[in-house]
Amino acid sequence: MTTVTIAGVQAELNEEGFLVDPSQWTEEMAVELARTEGIDPLTETHWQVIRFMRSEFAAKGTGPTVRMLGKTSGVSIKELYELFPKGPAKVAARIAGIPKPKGCI
Amino acid sequence: MSDAITKVSIIISKGSLEGIYPGLIMANGARAEGIEANLFFTFFGMEAVLRKRQSHVKVATVGNPGMHMATMLGGLPGMSALATHMMESKMEKLDIPAIPEFVEMIADTGCGMYACLASVDLFGLAKDDFIDQVQEIITVGDFYAKAAGGEIIFT
Repeated sequence: MTTVTIAGVQAELNEEGFLVDPSQWTEEMAVELARTEGIDPLTETHWQVIRFMRSEFAAKGTGPTVRMLGKTSGVSIKELYELFPKGPAKVAARIAGIPKPKGCI
Repeated sequence: MSDAITKVSIIISKGSLEGIYPGLIMANGARAEGIEANLFFTFFGMEAVLRKRQSHVKVATVGNPGMHMATMLGGLPGMSALATHMMESKMEKLDIPAIPEFVEMIADTGCGMYACLASVDLFGLAKDDFIDQVQEIITVGDFYAKAAGGEIIFT
């Protein structure tokens, strides 16, 4: 666990770099988190995925797996991997300030 | 994390449902973690990527102690189809995709997909027999070259 300042907010991150408290998240933090992932700038499609991840987390208590993202976010699997090359569910979750989604597929 | 895995090449050599899924899940899981991945289909593993076979992969009910089923029972006509049907229903409820959809999805994640030349010759097949997602038919030497710098998993 480390405490860092992201976009002016003092936040705790777990060992994998995920925000411990999702309620602290702001859109400015997302931009900075994305930059640490090598994603800059965030396009409208990136935001579509990020907002989708937050709404899924709010509704279901966990973020969607890659398959769920591909099926229900409106963005195809191919495009998801182009937007987030290091793993869409994992990276988008980190940028969206939600915990890493559990699920194998 | 200095020991993180960055690349993995997975061989699928068996033609049963339970012989094919683990390799697919590992490839998909690798891609989801940002790990570079390749899939190499050889021998009966090619069933997963052959146009005419990939929708008909069955669970093995004979010679499969994990089924907890007497051999004589498992060998009866229709048992494999029944076990497969039951397994597929459960997978659907868990939103685990069927093999054709899963293979296509994995290819979309950018995983390399190859078939084994020796097996292709042995079974008298051609590139056309495979789904479009199979990029190339390669030799074992080519496979080792493609797998270089990463882990190799044999299933």
